[in-house]
Amino acid sequence: MSSDESNATEPVDATHDDAGHAEQGEEVAEQDVADDVEAAEEPAAEPDPNIVPVTLNGREIEAHKGELVIAAAERHDAYIPHFCYHPRMKSVGMCRQCLVEVDTGRGMQLQPSCMITVSPEMKIETESPTAKRAQEGMIELLLANHPLDCPVCDKGGECPLQDQAYSHGPGESRYVEEKRHFEKPIPISDLVLLDRERCILCDRCTRFADEVAGDKLIHFTQRGNQTQVMTFPDEPFASYFSGNTVQICPVGALTAEPYRFKARPWDLTAEESTCTTCSVGCRVVVQSSRDEILRYQGVDSDPVNHGWLCDRGRFDFEAVNSDLRLTDPLVKTEAGLTPTSWNAALNGAARLITDALAAGGPDSIGLLGGARGTNEDAFAWAQLADALGITYRDAQLGDGLPASILGLNRATIDEAASASTIVLLGPDIKEELPVLYLRLRDAAVEGNSTIVEISSVDTGLTRYAKHSLRHQPGLQADTVQRNSELLTGDDVVVVVGRGNLAESPDETMAALAAVLDANPNAKVLPALRRGNVVGALSVGMAPADDDHDGLATLRAAADGKLELLILLGADPLNDCPDTGLARRALAGARRVISIDTHRSESTQLADVVLAAAAYGEKSGTTTNIEGRVTVLADKVTTTGTARPDWMMAAELALMLDVDGDLVNVSSVDDVTAAIAAEVPAFADVTPAALVAERNGVLAGVVAGTLSDAVSAAGQRNSYDHRLVVGRKLYDRAIGTAMSHSIAKLAPGAAIHLHPLDIDALGASVGDDLQLIGAQATAILPVAANHAVPRGIAWAPFNQDGSVIETLIDATASVTDVKIEVI
Amino acid sequence: MSTAITRDYTPGFYEGDRPKVVTSRFEFEDSHTIDRYLATGGYDGLKKAIEMGPEKMAGEVKASTLLGRGGAGFPAGVKWGFTPQGVWPRYLVVNGDESEPGTYKDRLLMERDPHQLIEGCLIASYAAGLSQCFLYVRGEMPLAHERIATALDEAYAEGYVGKNIMGTDFSLDIVLHWGAGAYVVGEETALIESLEGERGMPRLKPPYFPAAVGLYGQPTIVNNVETLANLPFIASKGSDAYTAIGTETSPGTRMVAISGHVKRPGVYEIVNGTTTFRDIIYGDEFCQGIRDDNELKAFVPGGGSAPWFLPDQLDIPFEGKEAGMAGSMLGSGAVMVMDDTTDIPEAALTLVRFYAHESCGKCVPCREGGTWLLRILERVCAGHGTDADLDQILEVGQSICPGDMPHAASERLGLEATPFPYKMTTICFVGPSAYAPLHSALTLFRDEFDAKVVPAPKRISIPVAVAGS
Repeated sequence: MSSDESNATEPVDATHDDAGHAEQGEEVAEQDVADDVEAAEEPAAEPDPNIVPVTLNGREIEAHKGELVIAAAERHDAYIPHFCYHPRMKSVGMCRQCLVEVDTGRGMQLQPSCMITVSPEMKIETESPTAKRAQEGMIELLLANHPLDCPVCDKGGECPLQDQAYSHGPGESRYVEEKRHFEKPIPISDLVLLDRERCILCDRCTRFADEVAGDKLIHFTQRGNQTQVMTFPDEPFASYFSGNTVQICPVGALTAEPYRFKARPWDLTAEESTCTTCSVGCRVVVQSSRDEILRYQGVDSDPVNHGWLCDRGRFDFEAVNSDLRLTDPLVKTEAGLTPTSWNAALNGAARLITDALAAGGPDSIGLLGGARGTNEDAFAWAQLADALGITYRDAQLGDGLPASILGLNRATIDEAASASTIVLLGPDIKEELPVLYLRLRDAAVEGNSTIVEISSVDTGLTRYAKHSLRHQPGLQADTVQRNSELLTGDDVVVVVGRGNLAESPDETMAALAAVLDANPNAKVLPALRRGNVVGALSVGMAPADDDHDGLATLRAAADGKLELLILLGADPLNDCPDTGLARRALAGARRVISIDTHRSESTQLADVVLAAAAYGEKSGTTTNIEGRVTVLADKVTTTGTARPDWMMAAELALMLDVDGDLVNVSSVDDVTAAIAAEVPAFADVTPAALVAERNGVLAGVVAGTLSDAVSAAGQRNSYDHRLVVGRKLYDRAIGTAMSHSIAKLAPGAAIHLHPLDIDALGASVGDDLQLIGAQATAILPVAANHAVPRGIAWAPFNQDGSVIETLIDATASVTDVKIEVI
Repeated sequence: MSTAITRDYTPGFYEGDRPKVVTSRFEFEDSHTIDRYLATGGYDGLKKAIEMGPEKMAGEVKASTLLGRGGAGFPAGVKWGFTPQGVWPRYLVVNGDESEPGTYKDRLLMERDPHQLIEGCLIASYAAGLSQCFLYVRGEMPLAHERIATALDEAYAEGYVGKNIMGTDFSLDIVLHWGAGAYVVGEETALIESLEGERGMPRLKPPYFPAAVGLYGQPTIVNNVETLANLPFIASKGSDAYTAIGTETSPGTRMVAISGHVKRPGVYEIVNGTTTFRDIIYGDEFCQGIRDDNELKAFVPGGGSAPWFLPDQLDIPFEGKEAGMAGSMLGSGAVMVMDDTTDIPEAALTLVRFYAHESCGKCVPCREGGTWLLRILERVCAGHGTDADLDQILEVGQSICPGDMPHAASERLGLEATPFPYKMTTICFVGPSAYAPLHSALTLFRDEFDAKVVPAPKRISIPVAVAGS
């Protein structure tokens, strides 16, 4: 069965909880009966009000209160064919395929089972002659104008229309008229193509775009037989979530560029995994053919992604297959970096470590990274660092928030999405953690939650926020304090991340402290975006103190204090907001070992490069923002001779003959078990528990306190603009840049100003403007953006042609720039 | 005394020596102005209603057994009672999207007496406790739109609409909305979607019963223009005066629009329940017979979607239940007459083409089935059809309307009537409307269809060699 179908059945799994309750309820009821023997007067136990008894095809079944007939029937092994119904979206009763006979006391009537909720004593016939005739008639009508191009259709083999035409169709078409014709596929966005001839107008994609994604960019046009899904003129379906429409399309009408014509479904093998492109931790199924990853599909994980993925997470598998992958370890020779054997490379790396220890001791070695790998990778390297006494280490490069944030009373995603008040401090969730955005948006749209947003510029959630408080960089804590009455309540969750890379994280931390001051009961959901950053920080890659964090490590390197810098999947030149510092650090460190999946600017500067296995090539576990640990799949063999990071650490441990368990591990499960044994927060995260819990295991939180942070920003000179540097979903990060389908979607570098500010400067849109900062000058084209308040200049981080990072000084609390027309 | 007005742009209206409930002002050239309206007892009904209080007024409407004139014929007073109490706001939506083929009676009511409609809205909102009124006028009726807009301006200026109406604490705003031209928006839930700014596509009932979950998700009463136009009469003269006209089950009068092969097509206000089709088609004060004194072949009793009647049914009164038992419906009150020169398959094709074109595209049976029927029928009418095509029409129809289809009795064919209604696989009636008239035409005039087709070539099964045989 296709993954879409497994996805469709998932919420039924999700309701097992209720079923569990029901069983418990029965046990309690039996207990009551037993008690009744003594107190004979007691009436018989009340029936469970959440159970609705109905008759399904002559069988008595127990449906849940408020359950749709189609869901109740499917839960009881009476599959009702359907196309438009999707358990995560509102029913529309559009396709009429799920017609069954329902008797609610007024005689049997044909009713769409996706629109009718169960009621007591209801009789349902899903396979009566009348129901079957209606279902067969509907299939025949749907196929009337549907092209029979299944042999060349990407959906063929996993197509609900194809499957249900066989299972519930008449088996023959009597339609002899000319079929409806449209221009064969038309691109409706850079990623998605639409074949209107195949479309059966089930309203799934259009409903998704409107209801779930909030990007109402596709809709029906024309009417009757000419009805078609279409974008608005000159407005492509440029949604960050467009790939989901391809997944939920019940026919081959929507296809995505990256997978189009790449494989037939029956050639694909699949394994469940977790997306690590960002730290939301969406469950996915990784599909490959001939040992090449070809597609990710969303899996419905009730606590996390509800089956949805963002386009970046869905399509960045292309990076795994990229030509720029490192296939073999490299060592620097006179001829530059040259491929070598693992033995030689690891020996070289071990010698660099030994030399550094001999020359400067453990404090002359820095270890940065780990957030791109698995928990096991980070743990193994942290263990090696522990054994060697390395204190300069961090999984972040000054692009996140201090690790102390993980010691707070942490909220789960579910708790955030059901909180009465959601406080957003900092980043644009839509750009950084897209599927979390879907969950929070849903919470606000359904009216369950109030969003209070405190940020410098408009974000994707601004239109759903009840209160949007804008502040100049440096005044966030002040803004929180002045609006503390908005933050009260029992059920408040703060989603906090790094909203402005041109502003010191202390500013955000001070604001967070102010929120917790106003409401000590508030729970915190850390919106640190890098794939496994929470896992890496939790299993040992957190710096011991501020003087040994990522920025401090780079500063030490820049100052020539480091003999050796080990980059564990870290690319400071692209990831560190202060690129000047990163450049000086790589130049200042005497030796550099880089462990990476792709060639990058940073690997080019390394002395030893160890080729790492990428996502989909290695098993292990990952941790999402809420601390949920899930299992990753090693779906394909590694590229070339690349290997997982933990294995390199284990081998180096053997070569360096260090103390500890690391020398004894022989499989990734050994490392997982070691984490459970040695990291208190991960005590429950045993390999056995991970196998048992499909939705993963929540790691515990080691309670800590926030480090004191005080806002240190001064006043802005009114001639200057205060700089906000934020992330867009698509940027120059490895996974995106190496995936050609989505790389082209990066918006490119520009300086965004309020249109009135552009006027005030005497510039016009598109002009190159000179930005004069304290340490550098940059030239960027100007774009008009109403999301940017006056007095603020906003620029996307890490874009092609980006120079804005040169203006950022990691030691300054805010960045002011003087903007001039050239 | 009365001079029938005839203007080029309005359909003919003919009054006679009959009781007038909704057309009492039609004799005046300036019937649409507030001056004429006030001079002829206008807004008296509203005053009476406010004197009575909402409960009593609602009681009067209930007692009058005023039946909805949109097609379903449901008692208006009962419908009002379906809204859940205490839910606020609650809306009145006036369905002025009259677009059923052959129907043009609401158009006259809106063009010639807009104040009567406005007063009806006020009385309904007062009696049913509704907080705002939306008047949805079909896009193709610019004069109606213009006249209602002017009338609303006048009524606002005179204090009949707006805040503290006539100095009381009853306030009501009436919003005029102009449709964009879709037949399906005459369906109440599609009309609500359209009012909300969405594409006009029907919602499924349940759960979207407008009385419970209507406009903007609030309780909403959707009433037809003619239904509301009756209210000033009921309010000012009382329900007794109303029920004195017509029959017990179908009191009052009814606006009927007659078109086709009659001598005097037009709109007539007839006494409800007693007037027969023979009266309407042949009566001297009505259509005065068939054109050129031809023979009547068939007629549509209630708008384009209704199954057809034969001359056998001429003596049936224009009454909902009777028409239903005889195998059709009164629908929106439009009679279309076909004389013996009519090519029945072509006539059916015209209707099918309309409904196939007007399908909103939501339900598969209507979207695909309607066009399929059209394709087959086009082929048949063009002389390229086979007898298998005619059977295929019935098969496709079964996917739209499963089970027995209503049709009229025919002495000629020795056919008993199958009563209304039919079952349907679609949300609204557009899909079945493509099939129901076609089915009745095919049932009652199979010979005319047969004359257009040739026998289907026999299907030849190709023998397949089986290994080992």
